[in-house]
Amino acid sequence: MNNAPDGGTVPIRRSAMGASRKQAKTSVLADRIERYGLMVAWAALIVVFGLLKPGTFFTWGTFSTILGSQSVLVIITLGLIIPLTANDFDVSIASMTTFSSMTIAVLNVNHQVPIGWAIVVALASGLALGFVNGFFIIVFRIHSLIITLASGTFLHGLTLWMSDSMTISGVDQRLIDFVIVKRILGVPLEFYYAILIATVIWYLFEFTAIGRRILFVGRGREVAHLSGIDTDHVRWGCLIASAALGALAGVLYTGTQGAADPVSGASYMLPAFAAAFLGSTSILPGRFNPWGSTVAVYFLVTGITGLIFLGFSSFIQDVFEGSTYCRVCYGGRRHGHLPLSPTRWPTSVCCWSN
Amino acid sequence: MDRATTSIDRATGGPSAASALVLYNLSKTFGGQRALDQAALDVREGEVHGLLGQNGSGKSTLIKILAGFHAPDPGSSLSLAGEIVSLPLAPGAFRRYRISFVHQHLGLIPSLSVVENLLINRLATEAHWAISWSQERAEVATLLQRYDIDIDPRVDVMSLAPVERALLAIVRAVREIDETAKTGIGKGILILDEPTPFLPKRDVDRLFAVVRAIVAGGASVIFISHDVDEVMEITNRATILRDGRVVGTLDTPTSSKSAFIEMIIGRKLNAYGRGTMEDKQKGQAIRIERLVGGSVTDFSVDLRPGEVLGLTGLIGSGYDEVPYLVYGAKPAAAGTIDVGTGSRPLANASPSRSIAAGVVLVPADRPNAAVINQLPVVDNVTMPMLDDPFSRWRLDRRGMTARTGELSTRFEVVPNQPALPVSALSGGNAQKVVLAKWLQRAPKLLLLDEPTQGVDVGARQTVYRHVAQAAAAGTSVLCASSDYEQLELICDRVLIFAQGRVIAELADGELTKDAIAQQCYLGSAPTTSEDVS
Repeated sequence: MNNAPDGGTVPIRRSAMGASRKQAKTSVLADRIERYGLMVAWAALIVVFGLLKPGTFFTWGTFSTILGSQSVLVIITLGLIIPLTANDFDVSIASMTTFSSMTIAVLNVNHQVPIGWAIVVALASGLALGFVNGFFIIVFRIHSLIITLASGTFLHGLTLWMSDSMTISGVDQRLIDFVIVKRILGVPLEFYYAILIATVIWYLFEFTAIGRRILFVGRGREVAHLSGIDTDHVRWGCLIASAALGALAGVLYTGTQGAADPVSGASYMLPAFAAAFLGSTSILPGRFNPWGSTVAVYFLVTGITGLIFLGFSSFIQDVFEGSTYCRVCYGGRRHGHLPLSPTRWPTSVCCWSN
Repeated sequence: MDRATTSIDRATGGPSAASALVLYNLSKTFGGQRALDQAALDVREGEVHGLLGQNGSGKSTLIKILAGFHAPDPGSSLSLAGEIVSLPLAPGAFRRYRISFVHQHLGLIPSLSVVENLLINRLATEAHWAISWSQERAEVATLLQRYDIDIDPRVDVMSLAPVERALLAIVRAVREIDETAKTGIGKGILILDEPTPFLPKRDVDRLFAVVRAIVAGGASVIFISHDVDEVMEITNRATILRDGRVVGTLDTPTSSKSAFIEMIIGRKLNAYGRGTMEDKQKGQAIRIERLVGGSVTDFSVDLRPGEVLGLTGLIGSGYDEVPYLVYGAKPAAAGTIDVGTGSRPLANASPSRSIAAGVVLVPADRPNAAVINQLPVVDNVTMPMLDDPFSRWRLDRRGMTARTGELSTRFEVVPNQPALPVSALSGGNAQKVVLAKWLQRAPKLLLLDEPTQGVDVGARQTVYRHVAQAAAAGTSVLCASSDYEQLELICDRVLIFAQGRVIAELADGELTKDAIAQQCYLGSAPTTSEDVS
């Protein structure tokens, strides 16, 4: 990856530039396939399941279920890609979601706090967690994986304590209304919240100086520092953003279920990471990007829903997810397009041991 | 001069010096583009043979053919140790002919110990039930001792100095050659692909001592480098490539440096005219006062606008830390800087404050500190310009690309494709990108550390010209460098460091490569200088 002063690559590159038009077309095509492959695969899945189960799968109800039911996972994934772009991990995000969800339930149901204030407290706890994560990572220079693993575990314990390890239901109906009951074009509002957040992050990443800085910090921290970018504050900001989005996902979770479940977060953790990596192989291959992540989530959910319609039991979820990640990420790796390819791992690993 | 005479003996060796490797009529075409065009190479036993050429001249292609990585065009022929070898070589076939490679990136695993790194090959190829670590350690210790290398075999490679890592990689390659002594054909050929560009002179000498020990044992060494001085010091003969063709093979001891350079770049060198001093005395000075930090114990200087000031000294004298201390990349203990806007303490300098004040830094460690290799040229060039003028509401991506295209044209970046990742560029072109990144800001003070490290001879000229142009436009330049000839060529004034402070100043007529060298070595050993005088 380093630039060799001796240009052994120069003649090869020249040849690539002077290649015949046919070759150029092929590479454009390959590029397109890579960018939009996941979307095409998603469309193909819909068609296949539609043909196999026309009566049940090809209904608007199924689509609105697929689109509406996964907003929590989409928002957690979107939250994750922000610190991932800055080359930091936030594995506390799913615990944050559960904690935020439980905070709302405990305040609203057990203590009759108005739902508005309960949401404010939940979101504020997200900001606080991001601040604390950032504090230990930036000030004490401890690797983000270790700190967020610790803070996530701590929050999980707090959630169990708060709830007596019980599901708390009976949350204010207004929250439920604004999350899943109200619909536009038959799709619950929470889907549009997720799309709105994806749009904001897309704009942030693609069209703002802050987005560029996050990328620079992730890909070359020393270069970014020497170019006058305040790397510490950029990283800190990213960690606060991810924890805040985790908390927001918790609000939506409570709204979707009308209840808070103290162990629900665990089931979001790995799918969110997997969708983030899977998403980084499409739309903008090689970079964590919001549309890729969103499509990745929906691709997986469509596949799983379709297979369940075909009569497979729920074990198929893990089997389908696992096999898809392997196959797609292998493709991305082969093209050198995974943002955290193994060549980039040693730095992180060194940081852990320090 | 003992070495020179022995090399003449070897170079003109007559019938006793058999050929270890003969390449003839070697061509390689990549998609219609000839990377090598009927190249020929003759390496004798027991010689160090240099291979020189600019980026893209075909050196790497030639080496990759020997490694079995590329297949040459039909009609090419190769003989090793007098035996005709059919081309293309199978990957790994070179081992049978006792050829071994040390690539620039060395191929060591930093988090493993010295012993483990030396064992990588053996562990990969042989089935071991149990490894006797004490025995391996002892073996490695003996091997290192043989080449007079003082490294503890138990430590991690991570903790070794750059030169020790290079030495370790070379010893590992030699060991591979030794291990095939019985089964292999020939006396062994070690191919060193640019092992030196990131090493200071003193460390290069250590490396050369090992190279000499290797050829003394009858093996041959092919030494690939950009550095003409190094090639002249270590090789017996050298073959020069330009645009895929062999321009000629020079007998090193009887050839002049200018002969080498003219063959490499295909034209004569021109010196860079320094502006007249009168031009440069106008305007306000940049003043650095009582800088302390790192190994710098006390440094003050006044720079005129447009002055190019060189800093040099021996390793450890502290000269190379000054740019980083002034920029705020390393913490300074004390000192102030005044770029015409009032005095500012250096103890709380930071890159962002320095940039705001018009001070920019081109660090020596390009891949890790100056550019992000995986990102496109446009992102790298616009990195310090994101606040303005590209981002009111929305980044003006088209404007950024257009600006980068213009700058690439001005700084002669080839190929001029803003969307290309920097990793696709040669070292020289990557350095031009770094210069474009900073000089577009028209800084008041440009800090350089080894500005032509890993940059080929042709691109060096471009780098010098852009520094000279920036200076002509009023930028003061502070250039830390261990390349005395470069300092002579581009600087108006050179300060020589020893033990963290300036011990001599050279300007105008006194400013020559030899005078700089003399002052450096005088400064490092004050007792002997008294003895001499």
